[in-house]
Amino acid sequence: MPHDHRDHDHHHFHHEGMSPSGHPYRGDNDGPLGYWQRMEIAVRELLVEKGVLTPAEIAAQIEAMDARSPANGAAVVARAWVDPDFKARLLADASAASREMGFDIGPLNLIAVENTADTHNLIVCTLCSCYPRNLLGLPPDWYKTRAYRSRAVREPRSVLREFGLELPDDVTVRVHDSTADMRYIVLPARPEGTEGMDEAQLAALVTRDSMIGTGVPRQP
Amino acid sequence: MGGQDAGPVPMEGHDFALWEKRVDALMVLCGQKDLFTVDGLRRALEDMGEEAFEKMSYYERWIAAVNQNLLEAGAYSLEELAARMDEVARRGESYGEAQAHA
Repeated sequence: MPHDHRDHDHHHFHHEGMSPSGHPYRGDNDGPLGYWQRMEIAVRELLVEKGVLTPAEIAAQIEAMDARSPANGAAVVARAWVDPDFKARLLADASAASREMGFDIGPLNLIAVENTADTHNLIVCTLCSCYPRNLLGLPPDWYKTRAYRSRAVREPRSVLREFGLELPDDVTVRVHDSTADMRYIVLPARPEGTEGMDEAQLAALVTRDSMIGTGVPRQP
Repeated sequence: MGGQDAGPVPMEGHDFALWEKRVDALMVLCGQKDLFTVDGLRRALEDMGEEAFEKMSYYERWIAAVNQNLLEAGAYSLEELAARMDEVARRGESYGEAQAHA
């Protein structure tokens, strides 16, 4: 019956995880209240009531997190491209060099790994999602997926191909597995033809993925 | 997980919902206040078993791990948590309605 067909289409169109307009559902404040959201609200309120946290601290933390973006990392990379002394300090101790530029790195150990003509570096966290979030913001969803974490260490070239990066066979791929207190950031190679560019122009070429190793900087 | 077989890397992303950002903030702040360590969180995540990594989303696992550690640290009791979660459920159908009560 035609009615049944429409009914079927209706259900198909609104299947779980999709919005009525057919886009993947984006959880926001209008989203249904699930078990884990209830837990988040309950835990947060209990911590506030018991004086462990204040609402202002939580809001400030979220604001600080939102303010972090790959632009921070790009500024560090561009500085390293124009200033050999800074680059040496960055490769010796990336936490200290980043702090020098005013970025709060926290207590963790940050290691910068340099891409060269014969070496390409790739970052993963096979355990969970450790990521240089102080310089790049929160990790992209794919970084946290089983697929990326499982395969990056075993078939990195094949993973890189999915990101559109085809590396010559004579380029060595080094995969770095992060931990909670030892995180990596890739220092990508400076693109050719950028000799006349200043630091800000160079920073605009540095993509998030080029600092994870799943991409290379934009060409000028 | 590292080294296992898996399909293509899914490239789609999403913007973080407020509740996810709050879980992230709770994790960072409670860690700074020495209520738990990253190792404690890690242990709670590993204890969830492989099924949790198939069925739960990233921040669902994290709030579960944060809660487990806070319970163990004595920040609040299981009874207090259960009572509060029941109360939150009665506030409304959406996250917005439930969290506005604060």
